[in-house]
Amino acid sequence: MSQTTIDIVNKNLAKRYAREKRFRLLGFGSVMIGFAALVFLLVTIVGDGWGAFKQSSVRLQLNFDQSVLSIEDVADEEQWQYGNYIGVIKAALRERFPEMTSRAQKKLIYRVVSPGADHQVRQLLKKNPEWLGSRQEVWLPADDDIDSFVKGHVDRSLPESDRRIKDTQIVLVDALQESGDLKLKFNTLLFTAGDSREPEQAGIRGALVGSFLTLLVTLSLSFPIGVAAALYLEEFAPKNRFTDVIEVNINNLAAVPSIVFGLLGLAVFLNVFGLPRSVPLLGGIVLTLMTLPTIIISSRAALKAVPPSIKEAALGLGASKMQVIFHHVLPLALPGMLTGAIIGMAQALGETAPLLMIGMVAFIVDVPGSLTDPATVLPVQIFLWSDSPERAFIERTSGAIMVLLTFLITMNAIAVLLRKRFERRW
Amino acid sequence: MKRVIVLSAIALAMSNWATGNSERNYIEVVGSSTVYPFATAVAERFGKGTSFKTPKIESTGSGGGMKLFCNGIGTGHPDITNASRRIKINEYNMCHENGVKEIVEVLIGYDGIAFANSKDSPQYSLTRQDIYLALAADIPNPDGSETFIKNPNITWQDVNAALPAVKIEVLGPPPTSGTRDAFVELALEGGCKAYPWVKALKKVNKPEYKSRCHTIREDGAYIEAGENDNLIVSKLEANPSAFGIFGFSFLDQNAEKVQGSLVDGFAPTFESIADGDYSVSRPLYFYVKKAHVGVVPGIEQFLREFTSEGAWGEDGYLVDKGMIPLSFELRTNMAKSVKSLNNLVLN
Repeated sequence: MSQTTIDIVNKNLAKRYAREKRFRLLGFGSVMIGFAALVFLLVTIVGDGWGAFKQSSVRLQLNFDQSVLSIEDVADEEQWQYGNYIGVIKAALRERFPEMTSRAQKKLIYRVVSPGADHQVRQLLKKNPEWLGSRQEVWLPADDDIDSFVKGHVDRSLPESDRRIKDTQIVLVDALQESGDLKLKFNTLLFTAGDSREPEQAGIRGALVGSFLTLLVTLSLSFPIGVAAALYLEEFAPKNRFTDVIEVNINNLAAVPSIVFGLLGLAVFLNVFGLPRSVPLLGGIVLTLMTLPTIIISSRAALKAVPPSIKEAALGLGASKMQVIFHHVLPLALPGMLTGAIIGMAQALGETAPLLMIGMVAFIVDVPGSLTDPATVLPVQIFLWSDSPERAFIERTSGAIMVLLTFLITMNAIAVLLRKRFERRW
Repeated sequence: MKRVIVLSAIALAMSNWATGNSERNYIEVVGSSTVYPFATAVAERFGKGTSFKTPKIESTGSGGGMKLFCNGIGTGHPDITNASRRIKINEYNMCHENGVKEIVEVLIGYDGIAFANSKDSPQYSLTRQDIYLALAADIPNPDGSETFIKNPNITWQDVNAALPAVKIEVLGPPPTSGTRDAFVELALEGGCKAYPWVKALKKVNKPEYKSRCHTIREDGAYIEAGENDNLIVSKLEANPSAFGIFGFSFLDQNAEKVQGSLVDGFAPTFESIADGDYSVSRPLYFYVKKAHVGVVPGIEQFLREFTSEGAWGEDGYLVDKGMIPLSFELRTNMAKSVKSLNNLVLN
């Protein structure tokens, strides 16, 4: 008996279905692996970093006594600057715990408040000069060891020598918490302060402003240059070996490791042009080099997507080449170009390697005010914190990662929205 | 509109280009990543407590810092470099060739290097010789024939019969790290020198002596774990049989997770390092370009802050950060010599 075609098909049908099912499962499995990795990443980062947005604060009755502060001449700015603010805090702590009298005990009570809190007190008094000579209730950040303990990162049952926080301090913390003088509050310093060596004083404002200034330079350089290059290559350039070489090179540059751009920046902008180290201007220029290929490639794709019929119609109606480009092609391609630019910017926002070579990986406390102030950027801040010995920096590292991720997601969402909103099909 | 934005940005960039190069009103510090946590703490105090700007501190490594520092005089070059070892004679000469002739050396304190494991394992008591036999690429032939053999030791028991039969697994920094340089010099070479005939080799053939005593094995017993000491600590937690090499400040911060092994009978504690009993410890320095004092504002005041009792003293904030202070006498002398800005002379 001879087999008909349908018999052969029927015989293999079950096998074919099984194969298809396996393939689908494989694909689904791959998606799930990726998804699980993402969920794991987010859960660990949010789990670690959540605590960074809260900070233990201690309420103290500060006595702004002129003699303790050694501000004798109210008109003298110097005296306000160099006033003995630590003395005021220490006096308030001694007053709060009169039973702690020995030198060792006093040392422990002084450690309740952040060692950088005198800076806050100075700022407060500068803002409210009328406080001088009066008693005021003030919330000050607690020391990072106390903060870790309050957040439950320290095991009380460990032997005292294995803890950074001593038994006497635990008694203090319990007493403070009971009277409501020690509370977890929203960590505003994280968003208003620059970097600090004290975790409780450290903030990402400096890095955020640095990132903003750097990206401003990058965008204002790379977008016009990228669009102009794409327009020329797409609309004007003759097709010859020379433009072929340029095209291949642009595509290659997009895949060059970013550290190479940093080395280029070091060799050219620092050593030849003598730009200052560690400034957003230089960082922006280096990141421009890195994002240019991305922007050129996406801009060219956007230009290519404009249907030739529109160009031809405009030419047919007597428009010049310039008019065709600026009245028709560019407006239609702009959403695609912007999307490419935003994605390029998001890449630049997350970059650290090229900045390493030009000195932007540095400890900078002051928030930068201009393009030539020393600055660092958000991912560098994360890198620096992750390398710090203080334990409380672990949660701040994750907190900063959360902020960075929020920015990246927002930027990418804007890119998607733009594409959806202005996308046109012909 | 876009044109206006672009033009103004370019104009801004150009104007900054012109002004940015001429003057610098903040102190620029480069150098060792070991000194970085201490220098930054001082810089922050200095910036917040005085009317000067906060110094900018880059962590470039001791060698990288020296290179930048010795590159020349002028505000385009850093004012201060940190180092976790003393300046080398060739660096000193390089400085002189580039016109950096007057340098002030400041010894600020000590740092201990811990050889630590997880608290879930027993605390080890090692000698520097044990460490050398466990980690060197080649070790002296145990049969006493004064030749080297490839390191055959697999467990700690092979190294020293008194130690447990646990596989040798050490996580440490990569060759670019100053911590590793110091560890190799202090622990490995220290153990290597214990063999009289190897010590004699130093006089006859110094390069060979160095390569024998300074080369770490590459057969997997020593694992390069990157420069991030926090990472090493968390890896030790996960693997109780492994050891890690990192600075004392990380041991101090993670006292409930890891313990430092005794080396030559002393555990890495604050007191034993300060007294010089713990042998794997090193001095920390920084170097100041005298030509910049008075040109870049605040250098003298920054030095005063760094050498004040409140900073580097026994109760100072640098001690809280894990630095081991100098003796009182050394501190007083050093502060005096810093105040008068004495020049460093190396021969």
